[in-house]
Amino acid sequence: MAEVRLNKVVKRYGKLETVHGIDLEIAHNEFVVLVGPSGCGKSTTLRMIAGLEEITGGTISIGSRVVNALPPRERNISMVFQSYALYPHMSVRDNLGFGLKIANMAAPEIEKRVNEAAEILGLGPYMDRLPANLSGGQRQRVAMGRAIVRNPDVFLFDEPLSNLDAKLRGQMRVEIKKLHQRVKTTVIYVTHDQVEAMTLADRIVIMRDGHIEQVGTPTEVFERPVNVFVAGFIGSPPMNQLDAVVRGQMAVLGDGTGVPLPAGLVLSEGQQVVLGFRPESFAPRGHSLHWEGATIAVSRPVVIAEPLGTETILFVELGGKDVQGKMLNPREVHPGEELEFTLDLSRLHVFDKASGRRL
Amino acid sequence: MSAMTIEKPWQRWAIRIGVFLAMLVLTVPGLWVMLTAFRPNIEVLARPAIWIPQNWTLDNFARLFGLSASQQGLPVAQYFINSLVISLTSTLVAIVIGMAGGYAFARFSFRGKGPMFLAFMLSRTVPGVALSLPLFMLWARLGIIDTSFGLILVYMAINIPFTIWLTDGFFRQIPIDLSEAAQIDGCTRWQAFWKIEFPLARSGLASAAIFAFLTSWNEYALASQLTRTTASKTMPVGLMDFTAQFTVDWTGMSAMAVLIIIPALVLTFIVQKHLIAGLTFGGVK
Ligand SMILES: Nc1ncnc2c1ncn2[C@@H]1O[C@H](COP(=O)(O)OP(=O)(O)O)[C@@H](O)[C@H]1O
Ligand SMILES: [Mg+2]
Repeated sequence: MAEVRLNKVVKRYGKLETVHGIDLEIAHNEFVVLVGPSGCGKSTTLRMIAGLEEITGGTISIGSRVVNALPPRERNISMVFQSYALYPHMSVRDNLGFGLKIANMAAPEIEKRVNEAAEILGLGPYMDRLPANLSGGQRQRVAMGRAIVRNPDVFLFDEPLSNLDAKLRGQMRVEIKKLHQRVKTTVIYVTHDQVEAMTLADRIVIMRDGHIEQVGTPTEVFERPVNVFVAGFIGSPPMNQLDAVVRGQMAVLGDGTGVPLPAGLVLSEGQQVVLGFRPESFAPRGHSLHWEGATIAVSRPVVIAEPLGTETILFVELGGKDVQGKMLNPREVHPGEELEFTLDLSRLHVFDKASGRRL
Repeated sequence: MSAMTIEKPWQRWAIRIGVFLAMLVLTVPGLWVMLTAFRPNIEVLARPAIWIPQNWTLDNFARLFGLSASQQGLPVAQYFINSLVISLTSTLVAIVIGMAGGYAFARFSFRGKGPMFLAFMLSRTVPGVALSLPLFMLWARLGIIDTSFGLILVYMAINIPFTIWLTDGFFRQIPIDLSEAAQIDGCTRWQAFWKIEFPLARSGLASAAIFAFLTSWNEYALASQLTRTTASKTMPVGLMDFTAQFTVDWTGMSAMAVLIIIPALVLTFIVQKHLIAGLTFGGVK
């Protein structure tokens, strides 16, 4: 059993504190993704779990052991690096078998395990090549193979796909997911790409500036972001966020448009709020999902239309800002054309302007 | 290589001729020494100059080793052994210490790292000869004048900073991820070094070793001050045995010069592949 527990974990470089007391519990066989903008401390956190970076404060345990003082080799983890970190002077076969050899495993057993991993990842034809003679995608597979042959308690991934082109990234994402279904293990996966996070994770951990902002399933963080940061970070195109002032049961936007607030939400008169709604909750009449609740309608000229095939993203001005709407079953739209947009009020997110927190 | 391509044959030939002329200027003195090693003394000062020896002879080499009837031999064999022992020992020590130092500079951060590195480099800007008098006095006090040990110490001091500088560069080019991956794969830091980083830096270390060896092998100025007898005299110092008060035995001297050049040349050829790989390192990744 390999659950991973972080308890008030702190990292300081000299006086500079970059991770500020993180608490996190990861269940056995769970796939957890740490996501956040670059520089927010994801890699540092992962490297502390790996043992590559000293833990300044707090404790990290894997299974029943506190691992703070253990070197990486005693933590029974494996890691896939962003750079792949393949040993350049060794063939693919030797790269895969290196860890087993270090562990003094018998040669036939090494052979068996290496071949198994090669089979899973389709590395058969490249076993005798040097890493320099592989494509990016093949190197990526070797790096994953090297991680799985050792049969670790925990898999760590640090932005493993960010050096691949978009198409290959999509393919590898699926492979990683398949791999996890096949080789059941605890996985901690770091990425700055929210699409990767959403598609891979059992649970997402959203980080910012060395803090955890929210932990939840992809659906939870998408549907109930706890603050404006998470709301803006998760989802593509991002959630529209407009400043508004509370007037009775309405939130009034900068341009005077009134938006009815969800029932049951008690706010004080004149309170400054941020209204959030996703592009898919804001669509021209007749081109929306099937909304069941109340809507309001506004007519606006289209500023820019971005056709994506199955949908078109429309930019219009609302409350003094550009907002994006999503047109399903799209037809040709020309800039300047005035359309009647409907806003799904049941999917409205209201945040406190001052604290950014969900209300 | 870079994307520069040479299109026209005449340009290619111009470059070849240019290189040939430059090499000619560079190699003529060496060539002259080589040829002179195989000619009788009488040809040396002939006017007009005789380029290709008319009477090829090995007599000069025979004389060196005392095999000739006409002249007593010089202790060349002993000089050669001294040179070899001193150069190899100082190179070995410089490489071991320099590698450790270079690795430390490349991988660790510690107090005073920058100034220390600068100090090592600045030590290279002092011409060795400028130190010969203080060194002489110090070595005399310590009683290590005219010992191999004394000279080994000097050459270590010369070579270590340079080796540190070179190996620091080579280790820096090996991504730190590799050592980390090895540690995750089950290595201790020490194993990660020997199994991953050392093999990758081998070319660099080979080039550093050549530089250190050649520096010690060819050094004259300090050796001429700190050695006296066959106990520690090296080949370059031994060359001066051929100058008497009023005459110079040019052919003997040339023969000995050939003996100095050959091991250096052979060594350079042996590790040439490594040397080039080392100097154009960066193919990792
Ligand atoms: N060795 C270091 N010394 C000082 N600061 C560091 C060091 N490594 C990382 N940092 C800082 O820690 C913060 C988090 O870095 P990192 O964990 O790499 O972020 P990311 O989320 O992009 O992976 C960054 O601000 C970075 O500048
Ligand atoms: Mg990172």
